[in-house]
Amino acid sequence: MNILEVRDLHVSVMHKPVLRGVDLVLHGGGIHAIMGPNGSGKSTLAHVLAGRDDAQVTAGTMLYQGMDVLAMTPEIRAGAGMFLAFQNPVEIPGVSNVRLLKEASNAHRRYLQLPEMDAMTFRSQLQDRARRLGLADDWLLRAVNVGFSGGEKKRNELLQMLVLEPHLAILDEIDSGLDIDALTTVAEGINSLRDAQRAMLLITHYPRLLDLVVPDKVHVLIGGRIVLTGGPELAGQLEARGYGWLAEEHS
Amino acid sequence: MNDATILSSALSRSYKHGFVTSIHADTLPEGLDEAVIQQISSRKQEPEFMLAWRLAAYRHWCDMTEPHWSSVRYPPIDYQGISYYSSPFAKNQDAVALEDVDPALLATYAKLGIPLDERLSLAGVAVDAVFDSVSVATTHQKKLAQLGIIFCSMSEAVREHSELVRRYLGSVVPAGDNFFAALNAAVFSDGTFCYIPPGVRCPMELSTYFRINAARTGQFERTLIIADRNSYVSYLEGCTAPQRDRHQLHAAVVELIALEGAEINYATVQNWYPGDARGRGGIYNFVTKRGECREDRARISWTQVETGSAITWKYPSVILRGAGSIGRFHSVALTHHYQQADTGTKMIHIGRDTHSTILSKGISAGHGHNAYRGLVKVLAGANGARNHSQCDSLLLGSECSAHTYPCIEVRNHSAKVEHEATTSRIGEEQLFYCRQRGLTREEAVALIVNGFCQEVLRELPMEFSVEARKLLEVNLEGSVG
Ligand SMILES: Nc1ncnc2c1ncn2[C@@H]1O[C@H](COP(=O)(O)OP(=O)(O)OP(=O)(O)O)[C@@H](O)[C@H]1O
Ligand SMILES: [Mg+2]
Repeated sequence: MNILEVRDLHVSVMHKPVLRGVDLVLHGGGIHAIMGPNGSGKSTLAHVLAGRDDAQVTAGTMLYQGMDVLAMTPEIRAGAGMFLAFQNPVEIPGVSNVRLLKEASNAHRRYLQLPEMDAMTFRSQLQDRARRLGLADDWLLRAVNVGFSGGEKKRNELLQMLVLEPHLAILDEIDSGLDIDALTTVAEGINSLRDAQRAMLLITHYPRLLDLVVPDKVHVLIGGRIVLTGGPELAGQLEARGYGWLAEEHS
Repeated sequence: MNDATILSSALSRSYKHGFVTSIHADTLPEGLDEAVIQQISSRKQEPEFMLAWRLAAYRHWCDMTEPHWSSVRYPPIDYQGISYYSSPFAKNQDAVALEDVDPALLATYAKLGIPLDERLSLAGVAVDAVFDSVSVATTHQKKLAQLGIIFCSMSEAVREHSELVRRYLGSVVPAGDNFFAALNAAVFSDGTFCYIPPGVRCPMELSTYFRINAARTGQFERTLIIADRNSYVSYLEGCTAPQRDRHQLHAAVVELIALEGAEINYATVQNWYPGDARGRGGIYNFVTKRGECREDRARISWTQVETGSAITWKYPSVILRGAGSIGRFHSVALTHHYQQADTGTKMIHIGRDTHSTILSKGISAGHGHNAYRGLVKVLAGANGARNHSQCDSLLLGSECSAHTYPCIEVRNHSAKVEHEATTSRIGEEQLFYCRQRGLTREEAVALIVNGFCQEVLRELPMEFSVEARKLLEVNLEGSVG
């Protein structure tokens, strides 16, 4: 079964059409990248998959593991294994990382009808994963995204992904703002979750991430449509040529 | 979640302390005059000075008018329609031992999670329980007595420790201080008294649980805490009341006195019945709380989590008289449905090098109305006085409101006073972020609100901060659409 199947998706934000007929199919084990100019609708696609209600689906269908995504609330999508690493993760003052992660993990386990994990086991697994991402131990006690640098926010998103182990990970510019070493660590984290049961959608502006996490396909989104799909080599070509030539062809 | 499910979840869960205990009570008829006050005083076998004090307060009260300067709104209160005394015991009989207490009453406290049986009581917490007008049982009394700590009901203190009572009662909140304080002074029926001798660190949390049970009674308790030189005490009060469709009046007075080098931490978790989702019933919580750092280097800290009551009207204050004394106020006030809160603090800097901190967190949901009202006053002699105030408001929904009325009066040039205020709406982005991680909308709201209050909640003793978190969650149910 396909993990994700998007057909002819039309989406408006504030009554303005942003996505204008997107098709996307992801199989288990598949990694697709989406590239495209600023404002072309990449984050909107990510948001609509996750269920943000300021993006209205005006036409088309989305199936996740064969289920109609539109019939699911954001938390049910999350419980079913859809994860979004946000381009701009929001601050939640006074709520520690460990608290959010614990609640999130318990919510996922409830969805799967598993008992809650005991606090000790959870804590030690969490610390383990945080260290793998080079996050200091006191990290977990800091408030979610409050005062985090750009790169720290991204690493935190990845930490959440590693804890929740999603079946569909949508990573919206997970590589922006990362230093060179952090990019390597983050890529390792992503690759560690790669297996035949999972699929990933990487939204990025830079081929560097795609050198480290090699996708099966690269899509180019312009003006709310996928105008070109190619193999991993497409990322390099785009970097050399920009989007201008594609934009002209499709305007 | 759609509107229908929110509505049904709001309706299905209700105030969980709203049961009524049926008990034989000695209740005075409704109405107030000097004869009623004499009855209260004689039922409590009070010394003569107490009756004189009450009557003076009553005469003062008769000349006063109910204040209406706050932002809260309510229909006129009929002071002759209230019974001023209700006791679960027969006339002239005080609860001497737990065995004598009506089992229904003990069961009530067990239901509330407050075992009066010492063996069962929370380790390290001594409890005084006030049921309607009368203190029912004070646990751990003997253990405390060995340290010279007096922890008993106000009635007992008036009889057994009348010298202390005479010296300190009304010394911070005088009988004629304000309309509700004067009413309280005239008719107060019980409350808690606590004295910590010099140099003693009270080894356990002291706690009072207040419960209003009888219908159409008011509760007018009075608490007096004296921390003698270099002593320390941490005190917690909790409150619940049954669900009734008429408003009930609760006009309490709390006085704290900290002598040289002494420290009092006073925490309140207030969950009086707030009224229903349409604003019917609920407690009018009109309370005067004031502490005085009477001598040098004394410290008083008020922490309050106010989730209940139809109306909350209180300003726990600190008079910083002793040099180098410190006053702190930490508050969370939640208003939901048609609840109203007008709360805040006064910090009066009299002595030099006195410091105060104010941290207020107001949360409004539904048609809730939440106001912070604060006064920071620095008198001419308070060299080096400092205050920092932070008032944050969080709005859930569009029908609720939040206001801050900070008032600052500084008469000394060396003083430093800072005030910061923020108002925010619970962010759709925050909610979506949490829901994307699997939390339901309600769980997300609870998490975000808890985070918003975190700095205040961590001031509470452990068990109570857990309780306070739960209360916030319960009281927020059905607040998001
Ligand atoms: N809340 C909103 N209100 C108005 N316009 C919006 C809103 N959200 C998105 N848009 C518009 O939708 C279009 C697509 O935005 P989107 O964030 O999806 O772009 P993107 O491809 O992710 O860009 P970037 O590469 O800069 O992240 C843009 O024109 C943007 O201004
Ligand atoms: Mg984007």
